[in-house]
Amino acid sequence: MGKDIREDIAWAQINKDVLKSLESPRKLYWVILLVAIAMVGVAVGCEIYQYNVGLGVGNFDNPNVWGLYIATFIFWIGMSHSGTLLSAILHLMHADWRKPIYRFAEAMTTFSLMTAGLFVMVHLGRLWQVYYALPYPSERWVWPNFQSPLLWDAMAIFTYLSSSVLFLYIGSIPDLAICRDNIHQGWRKKLYSILALGWEGTDRQWRNFRITYLTVACFLIPLAVSVHSIVASDFAMSQQPGWHVTSFPPYFVAGALYSGCAAIITLFIILRYVFRFEEYMTLPILKKTVRLTFAIAMVWTYLNCIEFAATWYSHDEAAKAVLIEKATGRFAPFFWGMIFCGSVVPFALMVKKWQTSIPVMFAVSLLLNLGMWLERWMIVAPTFSHGYYPWTWDEHMWPSMVQWGIVFGSFGWFTLLFMVFCKVVPSVSMYEVKEMVYHRSLAKKKEEQAVKEELAAKGAN
Amino acid sequence: MSKRYLLALYNNFDEAEAVVSELRNSDIKGFDAADDLVVKSPIEHPEVEEFLGEKPVKVQWFTLGGALTGGLLAFTLIAGSQASFYSQMKGGKPIVPIPPDLVLTYEMFILGGVYITVLGFLICAGLPARRSPLYSAKVSEDQIGILVKAEDGSVAKLREIFTKHKALEIQEEAGR
Repeated sequence: MGKDIREDIAWAQINKDVLKSLESPRKLYWVILLVAIAMVGVAVGCEIYQYNVGLGVGNFDNPNVWGLYIATFIFWIGMSHSGTLLSAILHLMHADWRKPIYRFAEAMTTFSLMTAGLFVMVHLGRLWQVYYALPYPSERWVWPNFQSPLLWDAMAIFTYLSSSVLFLYIGSIPDLAICRDNIHQGWRKKLYSILALGWEGTDRQWRNFRITYLTVACFLIPLAVSVHSIVASDFAMSQQPGWHVTSFPPYFVAGALYSGCAAIITLFIILRYVFRFEEYMTLPILKKTVRLTFAIAMVWTYLNCIEFAATWYSHDEAAKAVLIEKATGRFAPFFWGMIFCGSVVPFALMVKKWQTSIPVMFAVSLLLNLGMWLERWMIVAPTFSHGYYPWTWDEHMWPSMVQWGIVFGSFGWFTLLFMVFCKVVPSVSMYEVKEMVYHRSLAKKKEEQAVKEELAAKGAN
Repeated sequence: MSKRYLLALYNNFDEAEAVVSELRNSDIKGFDAADDLVVKSPIEHPEVEEFLGEKPVKVQWFTLGGALTGGLLAFTLIAGSQASFYSQMKGGKPIVPIPPDLVLTYEMFILGGVYITVLGFLICAGLPARRSPLYSAKVSEDQIGILVKAEDGSVAKLREIFTKHKALEIQEEAGR
């Protein structure tokens, strides 16, 4: 396997290359942006219609009260875990290959959480009723139920979102200072001057920066696990068939890391091309990300098997019926699609030749994410349509175009936020890449020195 | 006597280290290496800390305070809101149920920890800051800057040390 990064890249060149990405991306950038805006337009149109007419236009009925919105909400929450994995976990493990790609993964975390948050309101129909989930008393001093996972969810997501924004911002300060020093006019100059907070890279600033970054990383790891465990509790703490499973929290966390990693591969490939980051987002780094994704895919597959086995052998007939319904009923194509995309397609990640093939990895990463989205849908919909009481069964409800339109638009919304961010804030961390280059060149020098000494010793003998 | 600031730029950490060592061992009038010397670098470099000598970092105390305050505040507020319904029938269940309350306590523990750590960072790192008397954009690119504050009479001596170690550039400005 080649080198993660060339050790001889000049530091000034790193600044130049990354700053160039803020000014002149390839034309594809603008195409992506326009498509994203059009997709958001579709979602806004659908939401306005749903808001005016009511949730019925989504084809919600009793028992199908949760639909694509909640499934997509879980999907976006899951997507957010990649930033924490790459930034925090790999940072603590001193895996320095993460350095060129962690910034955009952190941005992914922030924007996917923002997108997920929207679905809570969309799902409510009456947007203002979101305050029922906030720790705020009514006019009769009745507080929300603090024992409800739904309230935990609101609090956990708020904590995760605000902490992720701070983590992203703190980690970007040295790079924002570089932007401030190199961009000489216009609104950007003013923006970077404000955001850089007067950073000058003094020893005092670096010393405190290092500890702060590490500390926040340490907080983010348990936080990320708690967020998705709490989302899993929304399901697992209920009495619905198929949801009341002990393994749900780890299953959700593994699924979150999995979809996040797959999305990182997709965005890695897009950013590498659009911003000409071939020097930094290198194929060996892609290969490492792919291997990591494969490992997580296998964990997810294992937990999936655990869930099926637990249901099958639990003698919970209703849960078993839901599982059989998923595998053989109306949802069968989607259920088997999930199994195929989530557990079979990842084996393509094992093929060495494909691990560095951009088109193959792009297609595979999209399939993996399709599988992970289907997984969330297969958690939500079949249980509602095939509950405890046969007279409530309704397997024929199909989400309307309004639901599909809003889900479709959410991808545009995420893409729009993400692409705008990458054009304003460097998506490759310049100072961390410099550190990576510096430490690797030192290691190389030491290695060469050792070889020379060995040769000299042999010559002397 | 009035003070002056000098900023010398170097190509690499080895040169910067040599300058700092000489400055620390020198006996320059009105110059104290502990207070009057600042190293500016484009990357976080652990060796800078080594050659500057260890200086305490206090951010962790903010973290501890923030996390504990966040957790305690959350539990107190939640338990308080639940306890205000003490007269309601609870069917034998506790008025303040500890296990479910711990979930939000945990979230607020983290929230408080993160927020106050960031606040601590800003305070300890002296941010937001005004530009220091001398600054070069080269420091954010690839050079290491050594900023010193000394009395007027010591400027020549400092310049001599900087030049001896192959400073790429030396800037000088009157102090405030």
